[in-house]
Amino acid sequence: MAETLKWNSSGAESFYRTGRGLFSWIFTVDHKRIGILYLCSILSLFVLGVSFGFLMRLELITRPGPFIMSAQTYNSIFTLHGVIMLFLFIIPATPSVFGNFFLPIMIGARDVSFPKLNILSWWFYVAGASIAIYSLVSGWAPPDTGWTFYAPYSLRTGTNVTLGLLAVFVLGLSSILTGINFVTTTHRLRAPGMSWRRLPLFVWTLYATAWVQIIATPVLGVTFVLVMMERVFGIGIFDPAKGGDPIMYQHLFWIYSHPAVYIMILPGMGVISEILPVFSRRTVFGYSAIVYSSLGIAGVGSLVWGHHMFISGYSYTAGVLFSFFTFMVAIPSAIKVFNWVGTMYKGSIKLDPPFLYALAFIFLFSIGGLTGLILGTLSVNVHLHDTYFVVGHFHYVKFGGGGFAFFAGLHYWFPKMFGRLYNKARATVAWFFLFIGFNMLYFPMFILGYEGMPRRYYNYLPQYHGLQVVSIVGSWILVAGLILMFGNLVYALFKGEKAGVNPWGGETLEWRIPSPPPAENFERIPVIEHRPYEYK
Amino acid sequence: MSTNDMDGTDQIRERDYTGAKLGMWLFLFTEVLLFFGPFLLYSVYRYRFGADFHGASRELDLFIGSVNTAILLTSSLTMALSISAMQKGSKGLSVALLFITIALGGVFLANKYQEWMSKIGHGIYPNSQTLLGQSRGRVLFFGLYFFMTGLHGLHVLAGMVVLAFAAVLVITEKITPSDPIKLENAGLYWHLVDVIWIYLFPLFYLVT
Repeated sequence: MAETLKWNSSGAESFYRTGRGLFSWIFTVDHKRIGILYLCSILSLFVLGVSFGFLMRLELITRPGPFIMSAQTYNSIFTLHGVIMLFLFIIPATPSVFGNFFLPIMIGARDVSFPKLNILSWWFYVAGASIAIYSLVSGWAPPDTGWTFYAPYSLRTGTNVTLGLLAVFVLGLSSILTGINFVTTTHRLRAPGMSWRRLPLFVWTLYATAWVQIIATPVLGVTFVLVMMERVFGIGIFDPAKGGDPIMYQHLFWIYSHPAVYIMILPGMGVISEILPVFSRRTVFGYSAIVYSSLGIAGVGSLVWGHHMFISGYSYTAGVLFSFFTFMVAIPSAIKVFNWVGTMYKGSIKLDPPFLYALAFIFLFSIGGLTGLILGTLSVNVHLHDTYFVVGHFHYVKFGGGGFAFFAGLHYWFPKMFGRLYNKARATVAWFFLFIGFNMLYFPMFILGYEGMPRRYYNYLPQYHGLQVVSIVGSWILVAGLILMFGNLVYALFKGEKAGVNPWGGETLEWRIPSPPPAENFERIPVIEHRPYEYK
Repeated sequence: MSTNDMDGTDQIRERDYTGAKLGMWLFLFTEVLLFFGPFLLYSVYRYRFGADFHGASRELDLFIGSVNTAILLTSSLTMALSISAMQKGSKGLSVALLFITIALGGVFLANKYQEWMSKIGHGIYPNSQTLLGQSRGRVLFFGLYFFMTGLHGLHVLAGMVVLAFAAVLVITEKITPSDPIKLENAGLYWHLVDVIWIYLFPLFYLVT
């Protein structure tokens, strides 16, 4: 390909060689190095979160327990599993790793708008993670409230809730700074000719996500500060004994935490929208529809928080409205699924690992989305509220959706980030294990929930034992798949074949510069002359 | 070529004035949303405990509150003047006005401290026996009062630190008449702190 290295000379040195030693990393302002820093820290915490989830499942293999832990420990473990997986893994994963690494490259820029703010947000991430881990080992016991920190229990429990809240607050700062950086970068640093309608779809979803981060995170921050103040000074705002209203806590919590679900899933949808055209060798079907549905999800998704509170005792009218908006938000999500399937139609499909992960995403996310509609129905929700059905639903959306999209992105961009190719056969085997394990682990939860198994219970009735065991065995297969997948990638890091500039035949800008990219990405700022994904 | 509205090129990378402004406005937006939570709680609880809020509001010192409002508004004026002075090239005047702004912020906090202390002296503070013996609406009113004015006070303090840094940057010529963006952004932050008080003042002191 003559134009592969249009904007770089072939001898450009990779960004890994621009500095040596620890300080050249932790004080770097290079968006690519920051992306790698995030990758390492986020994956370490992911391993911790997986371990907690694995142990929590394992505990349920015998009833009434204890098998390996006490009931109090079980409460702490599911709380920490939630806090780590949500605030430390899935919320920052795709935007902070791939967003940082590829947003500037994909719009033809040399870095983000505020490089120093960018490294500051990584420091905040590390600080937040450290406080979260410290809350594990200090004090009487780790937080045991569940990741939702519902008042009034979070005000009363003697566990380390204050530290846990502080950790999430600091992580929120990190998230806000990243959001501000991405919005500004997308507005200001697009290369000449990179008009809004020529932006790669991943950039669009990052842009929508960044807005949600900016709008929703401060509300969660101040709510958690209020709970901390409540615990330290007893101000009474959420304390029913003093006239406060715990339902107000739930409102303020979900005003952030529901949009946060879209922070988790939107960038993943962007990753999928990048991968499908490349491996189908076709222009993405309905570019504008995908763009507007991303903005639609970000917009309508901000108005559905109340569907977490149908049985909290708030007004019936509110319930009907929130249920209505919940159905509305399914429309842009479904539009995306149709567009992805439409992209593959009559394409020249190549079943490489990134594509397989993307397919798994579409399948799992569709199940997660449709079960969301079941939960969004007022009357059905009364029966299913706080059961395993909910647990199954949000794992299909967040892990099957957000998590698999992250793995898809990892397999898609790995050659660009590290300049090495991984073993495709092994990646495919790992994918197969993950897919089977995932469905074995979480699908029985829908049935268990429908039959009435409540979530977060340490013990359960004998009739649930069979499906619990299926689910637990599923978790073993899933973990085996994860070990295979990461093992394969780590092996490739050292022993993999050298990747060329464009191993997948992608059309976006990152496939026009060397792998791994040089510092500052482009020697000459590119001039964009057509839309992305133009396959001849 | 394209009909692109803002062709971002690397020339503007070094000194992207609009970008810096945009980033600052986005940050201010997050600050407004931070206060949105307590304001929402205030409206809900005021609706539920209207009479209690009415009575408790009268006990706040309207005089100190008004003086503080005047002080903060004046400080916004001196801040704006400091930026104008910088744009016109008079560095010394700009720094002097910055210090006046910081001093006014300090006076505001000192008054706030007096006000808090007098309330605490009367046994009115979160979780105090006196307050817990009173009606629930009063507990919530004073809970919100201490929380929101405290959070605002922290922002005043942060603003003073930011302005002090800006003053240092002006003195060391890092902020110049041709590149005043850091001073302008510091000023924006100070105005935000002022604007939030403009809403806190009537909600706690005037609306009875």
